[in-house]
Amino acid sequence: MSGPTTEPEVGKAAKASRRRPGLLRTAWGFGRTKVGVALAGIIVLIAVAGPFVAPYEPTEFVAMPYETGVEGVVFGGDNLGRDVLTRFLWGGWTLLLLAVSAAGLGVAVGTVVGIVAGYRRGWLDDVLMRFNDVLLAFPQLIAALLVMSIIGPKVWLIVAVIAVSHVPRVARVIREATRKVIEQDFVKAAEAIGLPRWRIMAVEILPNVTSPLLVELGLRLTYSIGVVAVLGFLGMGLQPPTADWGLMINETRQGMAVQPWPVVLPVTAIAVLTIGANLITDGLSRAAIGIDRGVEK
Amino acid sequence: MTRNEHTVLRVDDLTVIGRPSDVEIISDVSITVRRGEILGLVGESGSGKTTLGLSLLAHCKRATQIARGRVEVGGEDLARLSERQVRNLRGRAVAYIPQSPASALNPALRLRTQLSEALHDAALSRAAVAERVREVLREVALPDDDRFLDRYPHQLSGGQQQRVAIAMAFVGRPELIVLDEPTTGLDVTTQAHVLATIRRMTREYGTAGVYISHDMAVVADLADEIAVMYRGDLVERGRTDEVLAGPEHEYTRRLLSAVPLLRTDGHGEAEEPEEEPLLRVSGLAAGYGRTRVLEGIDVSVSRGECVALLGESGSGKTTLSRSVAGLHHQFTGEVLFDGEPLARSSYRRTAEQRRRVQYVFQNPYEALNPRKRVRDQILGPYRHLVGRPADPDAVVAEALERAALPASYADRFPEQLSGGERQRVCIARAVATKPDLMVCDEITSALDVSVQAEIVTLLRNLQDEGMALLFVTHNIALVSNIAQRVAVLNKGRIVEYGPVGRVMSEPGHEYTRALIADTPDFRPSFAAAE
Repeated sequence: MSGPTTEPEVGKAAKASRRRPGLLRTAWGFGRTKVGVALAGIIVLIAVAGPFVAPYEPTEFVAMPYETGVEGVVFGGDNLGRDVLTRFLWGGWTLLLLAVSAAGLGVAVGTVVGIVAGYRRGWLDDVLMRFNDVLLAFPQLIAALLVMSIIGPKVWLIVAVIAVSHVPRVARVIREATRKVIEQDFVKAAEAIGLPRWRIMAVEILPNVTSPLLVELGLRLTYSIGVVAVLGFLGMGLQPPTADWGLMINETRQGMAVQPWPVVLPVTAIAVLTIGANLITDGLSRAAIGIDRGVEK
Repeated sequence: MTRNEHTVLRVDDLTVIGRPSDVEIISDVSITVRRGEILGLVGESGSGKTTLGLSLLAHCKRATQIARGRVEVGGEDLARLSERQVRNLRGRAVAYIPQSPASALNPALRLRTQLSEALHDAALSRAAVAERVREVLREVALPDDDRFLDRYPHQLSGGQQQRVAIAMAFVGRPELIVLDEPTTGLDVTTQAHVLATIRRMTREYGTAGVYISHDMAVVADLADEIAVMYRGDLVERGRTDEVLAGPEHEYTRRLLSAVPLLRTDGHGEAEEPEEEPLLRVSGLAAGYGRTRVLEGIDVSVSRGECVALLGESGSGKTTLSRSVAGLHHQFTGEVLFDGEPLARSSYRRTAEQRRRVQYVFQNPYEALNPRKRVRDQILGPYRHLVGRPADPDAVVAEALERAALPASYADRFPEQLSGGERQRVCIARAVATKPDLMVCDEITSALDVSVQAEIVTLLRNLQDEGMALLFVTHNIALVSNIAQRVAVLNKGRIVEYGPVGRVMSEPGHEYTRALIADTPDFRPSFAAAE
């Protein structure tokens, strides 16, 4: 047993050098996150690099409709005789771009609404959250179809409609997280020195709600992928002759018995992407729960 | 140590390790407690005293386990028993009174159910159980009628809740009772009652008690024997009067000298009040909605003076300090700072006023943004109130130095700091802008007594440098160590206001007298020798 004066210093120094791992690193520690990143990574790679390695032009006719076994055309031709592989490689990035921008926009707006409602409280909170409830009452897909059929299928409209449908869901989660954060005294400390409200929200609150924010982002991304693909399939998304996974399934489903590839490839890709994104989100939310409770796993 | 029938608890070479790191949380601890006696287990947070307390019930916190050693209660080794046998013994042979009674009682159960459940003895008839419950309630000086038994925990005060927890522990006539800081969070008056109840109950029942605490003053009053824990080791053990008179271990001495003395001459003499004090609060009344919590408050703080606001929970002292800081807006009356009126909301005050009045919060674990480094915590207010510094590093280093922290702490995050260090960072953040008045809201109540002493020293130094302090506390012993003048708050009114020396030696109000009488008066007899 050594004297009490020297020991604490050593202990403190050792403790100080190590900071508790953050959300991303904790999430990476789960096997599921790694699998998710691998799965989603493959599909993202196909979608992004696809157009550069595709053997033909997406609108080039290389075979007879639904013809298979043609020399140099690995997966055969689609309903119009275009190369299925090329269209598959070209069709991913539109889906990804739409889904990512819709999710990003929705989460961004939802976060702002959530933090403002949670922090300002009072009538502003009431107005924002009741408006949220109204939005929540619309089923996501039906609302999208309704707007599309009135205004017509436009790319910006797809993004906007999906983003708007995300906002109330994100806002609710972030509002709850904000309410927990503002109970803590450091927010009052900022108020006591008269820091402007918007800076309190941006500097003091926002960094402390990143855990639920990342989880929401993953969740909304997964939903967006699904909705964009469904809209494409229903003909309310991108219009022919654009190569798009959702559209591909719709266009070629009649010939599925003789030529399954133009349906199987995009369906598999969307499924793998969704599962991957879900696994990442799951890892993030597990890590977030652990961090919020302050327990080491 | 001879084995005799008076020994109820006997712990031999107990070691508890943490999983998966295999760190020894407590190592080779041996203690014995005799029938009807209380052992005070003292140590700072993280010393392993709660882990030891729980292992006496053969219970381990998550990710810990008993590696070796024996825990014998009434001759039976708990470590050897199966989970089921241990469950049977708990409440009967060993009982536990946790720190927070509010979370220990099930809020959904009436007291009757709660207390009968604790008795869990299938051999007793329903009437016998009811009779026993009433008996034990009478013993802890609570009403035993049906109306009281039909209450829910939230309908009781904190002191009553803790007495119900004591009744729950004693209802099964245990041989050993483990008390884990049961009076933390209680007012001194309530604490005095609860401690007296514990003392009497252990004597009457012949129960052995283990009282876990970080406060030497309380333990000195209550315990027959003291065991001091330091970083998982038992560093000193002996009869209370012997330990107090001649502490052998360096750490024990430190703990003893950290206890604030109840009666001092105050920190320096109170000077004649200047013509215009720095802060003058007059006729202040404040409340929440229609509830009034403060009425007719007149307090003033002169430059370089420390005025203490003393009051128990619910006396309105925090509301008053928040009103001064501009965090509580619902008040009427006048708050003059340096001759200028202060607006109700901090947002309506001038930047200069906000800079000159700084606020330090009660709980250092919540007062720092967990996502910001110490450097940014300090620079944030500075940039906002003073302006962009020419040399940010110098500002941070100076602030840290005034809070007695090394400059190397600037790169740390709050989670890398202990409670005391966090509170120092909070103080550094407040002093960085060179304020004239610092409002300290119970800033030591979340800290160990030993850390509290360091913070008090720090505040005294700041005050010597010319800063005025409004020091809010419930601890009367602290008042006499730091303040020149004290205002005693009771139920929203100031019942006594004057120089510390006078208030402590000849209190004018009955409430102040009661407060002083209920506070354990602690004087380490060894201090004279040093």
